[in-house]
Amino acid sequence: MAALTDLGIAQARDLLAKGEMSSRELTAAHVEAMAEASILNAMVTELPEHALTMADASDARRASGTTGSLEGIPLAIKDLFCTKGILTTAGSHILDGFTPPYESTVSANLWQAGAVMLGKTNMDEFAMGSSNETSYFGPVQNPWRREGDNQALVPGGSSGGSATAVAGRFAMGATATDTGGSIRQPAAFTGTVGCKPTYGRCSRWGVVAFASSLDQAGPITRDVRDNAIMLGAMAGYDPKDSTSADVPLPDFEAALSGDIRGLKIGVPKEYVLDGMPGEIEVLWQQGIGWLREAGAEIVDISLPHTKYALPAYYIVAPAEASSNLARYDGVRFGLREEGADLTEMYENTRAAGFGAEVRRRVLIGTYVLSAGYYDAYYLKAQKIRRLIAQDFRDVYETVDAILTPSAPSAAFPFGDKADDPIAMYLNDVFTVPANLAGLPGISVPAGLSAEGLPLGLQILAPAFDEETMFRVAGVVEEAANFTARPEQWWKSPS
Amino acid sequence: MSVDKATVARIAHLARIGVREEELEPLAAELSGILQWIEQLNEVDTDHVPPMASVHDQALRWRGDVVNDGGKPEDIVANAPDGQKGFFAVPKVIE
Repeated sequence: MAALTDLGIAQARDLLAKGEMSSRELTAAHVEAMAEASILNAMVTELPEHALTMADASDARRASGTTGSLEGIPLAIKDLFCTKGILTTAGSHILDGFTPPYESTVSANLWQAGAVMLGKTNMDEFAMGSSNETSYFGPVQNPWRREGDNQALVPGGSSGGSATAVAGRFAMGATATDTGGSIRQPAAFTGTVGCKPTYGRCSRWGVVAFASSLDQAGPITRDVRDNAIMLGAMAGYDPKDSTSADVPLPDFEAALSGDIRGLKIGVPKEYVLDGMPGEIEVLWQQGIGWLREAGAEIVDISLPHTKYALPAYYIVAPAEASSNLARYDGVRFGLREEGADLTEMYENTRAAGFGAEVRRRVLIGTYVLSAGYYDAYYLKAQKIRRLIAQDFRDVYETVDAILTPSAPSAAFPFGDKADDPIAMYLNDVFTVPANLAGLPGISVPAGLSAEGLPLGLQILAPAFDEETMFRVAGVVEEAANFTARPEQWWKSPS
Repeated sequence: MSVDKATVARIAHLARIGVREEELEPLAAELSGILQWIEQLNEVDTDHVPPMASVHDQALRWRGDVVNDGGKPEDIVANAPDGQKGFFAVPKVIE
């Protein structure tokens, strides 16, 4: 049998069901791999004992005849999900020592399905970043390196720890969240599969809020089938989240028929960018060819407001963030820095507790919401948002799904874009429109750059049609036959 | 639109984030750069476009006005930097 850490969720599920291994064996292998990978800094909190206790409980449930859809499967949880009795930091100093007295709905759903928690993954502070460099706990290193080069690369962000844990083979899957691309871009940078479902598909209850009208949870896994299985366990209607969608939950795994004959796939001309590496356009063309060969009809489409998505996002998201982050006041949880009076205590606490990127966005958000600027910025952005959503509505009258690149580049070195916020924001140029429109999207590893780094293709689908998204993703995955994997250079030679 | 040092100081105070004097100038430059980049939105005619606050079409759900959680004062103050006898303690506000 292959190494236990090389198994996918679906394979492990079958071996566990046949009694060929226990959750304890599977979990112990991942706990060990996680400890060996500490140099990657993917975890804020490792929970080896907790994981083994949960694995034993899973084995006991199986022995008594009860099994869930993720029974005995070890997963990592992004440190944005509140976990009862376990430190939850959102990658920020301001949440120092915060131990939630409750469990997020998404993680509770996973434990209900029998999954095992390995630990909490590192992330950009409050999910604000595209390189994992804004975490208070230091950056995460991408398991991938350029061919013949030892320079450390970013894993993407904000869910860089989750993507690294999965790509580095010390978690079988990981929860993540995506406000502007924070699942799909790190998945593309690490050769993993990352899906942001339709807004409202996964409950936001107990997930530390960044921009509430855009935030959505989803899974990062090593293949499309595992992604469908894990999303099925995470998703579902939750009365505790007023924006949770009360719609039927399909069997996503059953949607992977491999048959896309007759499907119409849109290719938006606005997703060709000046200065984008030629190899990304080549990969995109390859993807178009794969879908055509599989029997889909390719349709040239136009999403005319695409170029305005990113600047509109950088009004809407900071505005919502400035409001959501008002709760970090040194009174109810986390850090407090004393001051001469209450106002000074607030100002000292928030000055010490927030990093540079979070401060920048809270200030932008405060500015665009302030008297005299609200109409010119915030209202304007909300109008642009409607035009972007309408663009998608119009094209989905004629196409079933859309194929685009996931990100405009492969993974880059630390510090490369650290001094230029707008260059960093451009990472999300292909992913942000789906957040503004609330639509599902998935990144699938589809090839390697000339330097040997993974590149992803993104499939977008209409609202609540993750089944078509997964079906097309499965075909892209099979045609791409992406078998490359990072060398485990962090392991000491044994 | 570019912002000056005084504007940064004003919005930092509105956001209750302490910013040191020497940080105001670089922050003003950074924020101005971002705001200028955002201004490309003015190319789009939005005169007859209603603003969109949420991707949800449906109205918010109603529920009975009943208590469905609570009675956990210890949980509520457990994470407070200064939780005393079931209260959040703050610096003196009233002279």
